[in-house]
Amino acid sequence: MKAKIEKKNKKIPIKLIKSSKKTSGIKKKTKKAAKKVTKKVTKKVAKKNTIKAVTTTKVIQAANVKTTKNTTKTKTKSVKKGMIFNYAPAPESTKVEIQSKYNLYIGGEFVSPRTKKYIPCVNPANQKEISQIAVAGKEDVNIAVENARSAYENTWSKLTGTERAKYLFRIARIIQERSRELAVLETLDSGKPIKESRDVDMPLVAQHFFYYAGWADKLDYLIPGQEVESIGVCAQIIPWNFPLMMAAWKIAPALAAGNTVVLKPAEQTSLTALRLAEIFSEAKLPPGVVNIITGEGETGAHLAEHHDVNKIAFTGSTDIGKLILRNVSNTGKKLTMELGGKSAHLIFADAAIDSAIEGVINGIFFNQGHVCCAGSRLLVEESIKDVVIKKLKRRINQIRIGDPLDKNTDLGAINSKEQLEKIKMLVELGKKEGGEFWEREGSVPKTGNFFNPIIFWDQSGSCTLSKTEVFGPVLSIMTFRTTEEAIQKANDTNYGLAAGIWSEKGSKIHHVAAKLKAGVIWANTYNKFDAASPFGGFKESGFGREGGRMGMFPYVEVK
Amino acid sequence: MNIEVLKTVKMFVGGEFIRSESGRTYSFCPFNNIEYARVCGATRKDFRNAVDKAKGGFKNWSSRTAYNRSQILYRVAEMTQGRYLDLVDNFVEVLGMPEEAAKEEIQKAIDTMVWYAGLCDKYTQVLGAVNPVNSNYHNFSTPEPMGIIAYIENENFSFVRLIDHIFSLLCTGNSVIALLNKENPIMTTILGEIFATSDVPAGTINLLSGDLEELAETIGSHMEVQGIYFQSERKDLLAKIKLLGVENMKRINNITSKTTQDINRVINFVEVKTVWHPIGI
Amino acid sequence: MQVTVSKGVGEKTTIPYSPIDMMATNERASSFTKRSIKKASKVQAINTAIEMIDLTTLEGMDTPGKVKQLCGKARNVVSPETQKQFMDHPQYTPVPQVACICVYPNMVPYAKEALAGTNINIASVATAFPSGLSPMEIKIKDVKSAIKYGANEIDMVIDRGAFLEGKFQKVFDEIVKIKEACEDKAHLKVILETGELRSFDKVRLASWLAMEAGADFIKTSTGKVQPAATMPVTLVMLQAISDYYEYSGKKIGMKPAGGIRNSKQAIHYLCMVNETLGPDWLTPDLFRFGASSLLNDLLKQLFKEYTGRYYYEDLFSLD
Repeated sequence: MKAKIEKKNKKIPIKLIKSSKKTSGIKKKTKKAAKKVTKKVTKKVAKKNTIKAVTTTKVIQAANVKTTKNTTKTKTKSVKKGMIFNYAPAPESTKVEIQSKYNLYIGGEFVSPRTKKYIPCVNPANQKEISQIAVAGKEDVNIAVENARSAYENTWSKLTGTERAKYLFRIARIIQERSRELAVLETLDSGKPIKESRDVDMPLVAQHFFYYAGWADKLDYLIPGQEVESIGVCAQIIPWNFPLMMAAWKIAPALAAGNTVVLKPAEQTSLTALRLAEIFSEAKLPPGVVNIITGEGETGAHLAEHHDVNKIAFTGSTDIGKLILRNVSNTGKKLTMELGGKSAHLIFADAAIDSAIEGVINGIFFNQGHVCCAGSRLLVEESIKDVVIKKLKRRINQIRIGDPLDKNTDLGAINSKEQLEKIKMLVELGKKEGGEFWEREGSVPKTGNFFNPIIFWDQSGSCTLSKTEVFGPVLSIMTFRTTEEAIQKANDTNYGLAAGIWSEKGSKIHHVAAKLKAGVIWANTYNKFDAASPFGGFKESGFGREGGRMGMFPYVEVK
Repeated sequence: MNIEVLKTVKMFVGGEFIRSESGRTYSFCPFNNIEYARVCGATRKDFRNAVDKAKGGFKNWSSRTAYNRSQILYRVAEMTQGRYLDLVDNFVEVLGMPEEAAKEEIQKAIDTMVWYAGLCDKYTQVLGAVNPVNSNYHNFSTPEPMGIIAYIENENFSFVRLIDHIFSLLCTGNSVIALLNKENPIMTTILGEIFATSDVPAGTINLLSGDLEELAETIGSHMEVQGIYFQSERKDLLAKIKLLGVENMKRINNITSKTTQDINRVINFVEVKTVWHPIGI
Repeated sequence: MQVTVSKGVGEKTTIPYSPIDMMATNERASSFTKRSIKKASKVQAINTAIEMIDLTTLEGMDTPGKVKQLCGKARNVVSPETQKQFMDHPQYTPVPQVACICVYPNMVPYAKEALAGTNINIASVATAFPSGLSPMEIKIKDVKSAIKYGANEIDMVIDRGAFLEGKFQKVFDEIVKIKEACEDKAHLKVILETGELRSFDKVRLASWLAMEAGADFIKTSTGKVQPAATMPVTLVMLQAISDYYEYSGKKIGMKPAGGIRNSKQAIHYLCMVNETLGPDWLTPDLFRFGASSLLNDLLKQLFKEYTGRYYYEDLFSLD
């Protein structure tokens, strides 16, 4: 046998072969491989059997032929091992200056807090302190609101729409110019990969200011037949998952409508908002139009409950949202709430599978899964469950986890130690509730808050992971058989923020999209955002929209 | 001696005229303490039953085409016009309204019905949008009905306001449970009869009469009720309802406006859904 | 669309319905262009890319002289003398040879002569390249003569007209026949000319059809039609190869051709292969670049990594 192969080699001068020294070894290998393949194919065929008995035998034959062919081929081929392609570290090199501590931005200036208290900001990727932020107390909140009130009465509401627009355009431009610096700072402070802060967050921040700038002098066209006016002082409280993007989503429409703002960023991630404050000063935005006060939950509560605040816009967890609502529901303040979700991601058997897999990856691993609209419940048509899970596993193994500042990092650090503990706790709970799970192969950095992606399947709809928002890289997979069942399962939640549909059948997409109780439906895509596109939820995911024309409604009142 | 047959004004729920499950009624004496009729007093259970019916009603009503809803609401206007004299009599007799005022009020209400009937197949165009996103996606936002909305009527009865508010909810596809006050509960029957004969699917509109104080807790805490349009003067009860409504994030609105036929009212009880789809070959 | 073709008497194969979403594919492909390959991994990637090049000249004005010079460059990409200055670099390895020379059939004898004694392969475009619109017997003769003259790789084109007309059986049969004509003497690369198929769905279908018919490699383009190779279309083909491997156990090679001109692009392609098919495919046995000007840019970047200098083109031969 060996001689025969060598002969063949001599005869056929296929120069692909670098050397055929190892032929015997190869022979064994290929034989094994061939066996495996036949097994595999037979297995597959056996499954298909139930459907098409007649053609199956042919398939087997074909497969057998193929395998033997394959064997002969590899005999003559060299086996040049593929390159193990490790990407060397590629850290983003932009240097960002960070002060050792930051004060409150009130009335166009940075002022030290009356509380004299500061709390540390930590880089979640290495748990090192990078700066300190001030804690605003009740008195500081009062001063901030007074400044916002005075700016509203005396300056901002007196400007023409065009003047307001010009300020917003100017801010947008400066953001674009300083976007790399902002991206690096965002990544340092929040743990999100630089790839995302650079390519997703910052462009959207700038776009929001650009988009809403143009509304400032077109309020007459906002609601047909209605004359609208600004509301007054807006209290805006934002979360830690998209720190600067959330600030932009809140501030831009508020200012365009003619309101003034007191913004409280999350205590975990306040640095970019404070950098935005510098940009406001650079753009010569009149003092007091935007005030940025930092601090913990208590600061937020003081702000929300302040008697002179006309409107509260909150993005965060449903629990805190409800808490705020209970405290202020009878104050006459206007409210918008953008809260949690447990969004369903549907894959039908007629979907573009590889594209759908990308959608799922983007849906649950974008920003470490710290996304209110994360597609955390994957609903797969039963007939394609196995192939989806197989492809998903393979794809998840390609995810690169590590230093968020490395340009090749796909999944960064979990935002905080507390969040990491919460994710771990929920996952442990999930593991106890039955079904199957699989964790990404390969390790994650030991220092810093890292978490290895995990997927669960064969769990019931009543399990923790199918009901509770995890806010991390944890995916729960369920199956459905019919379109009606898919819709029913997708809507089986108290949330209603977003949903995804993968199908190449247009009519089905429209049918399902119409029936899903969610504010944003991504059909054949997922986790797409745009300043022109309204975002916000049904049911307990909150009310009001951000983005687009509808994003202006919460910031105006009909005269 | 001529003994008058006293009628009991029934409630309209799930397309049927019902009494309170408790059998409870109270005396309705619009004038001079003379009992004009007996009126049903809806209980918490009646409200819960109405929610069940409204659920079915929503499913049916919201899945109708906008054109169909438009025709049905116009049919309501037609039927009301047919009952015009009946209604005038009723307003004069029961409420003691001057005839001219009654006529004006009723005609205005009918006009309002027509206005909203014509809005059914326009509100998505007026309020919706195709959004020019910065990537190759078709992106559109359309308002859609929320679900079951409880409407709490004001103590000072106004037929025009009642119609305006109920129709602003119905035209988008919401189903409504309206709680009418004691002032003119007879509307539950007359309006019910009009709706019942206008092809409005059962459960779409439900009319209860009862005591808000008693029902507030159930209305505020019921998880299937998506929104509350509150027009009563009882601010204390509004506060209670708002607090209870937090649990399922009810959309609660108590804005009063003097104008009728107002697109702004529609905005308060719709949800905007945005759909993305890639553009490609 | 699901397509069934006959594989001979009583034997049929069904090509599964596998729609492709264009935007998702574009976005995924563009994600590889965000990969930042630096230092050691860059040197490694460049050396591998050089080994994967099918150094190509397919001009009407090709002459034996031109082909001989190109072959000279293939054997001796950079002269040992020039390479001396880089030897001190810890990562230095001698610049590898390219995988293959790719020429028109008439040029094969000259290539064979010029490459004697090396293990550089000779690929010839055949089957009435680039249109493929000649009678079958001529295409077969084209292939056989190229092999006779010394080609051991055949880059055939599919009949795009037939494909777009829905005559999938014809396309399939032609590949089968060309494969037969190659016997065991030559490796078959099937050019889909994706720039003419246009939609990714069709590229996917054509890829599967070619693999089922016996292609050893599938290749994007002739280089004569724009667009030639793009990252998204290559991704679609890589995904088809991946699925085909799952289905048959057979590893099919991939060759993007045309339009890959610089190192950055080439490295992004390698990242895409790495993250779609895995390291098994990162070998000239299963991945090739059809290119000509790419080589000099790879060298420029390689030497830059060694010395930190950007070299002028004059250091490299322009062949």
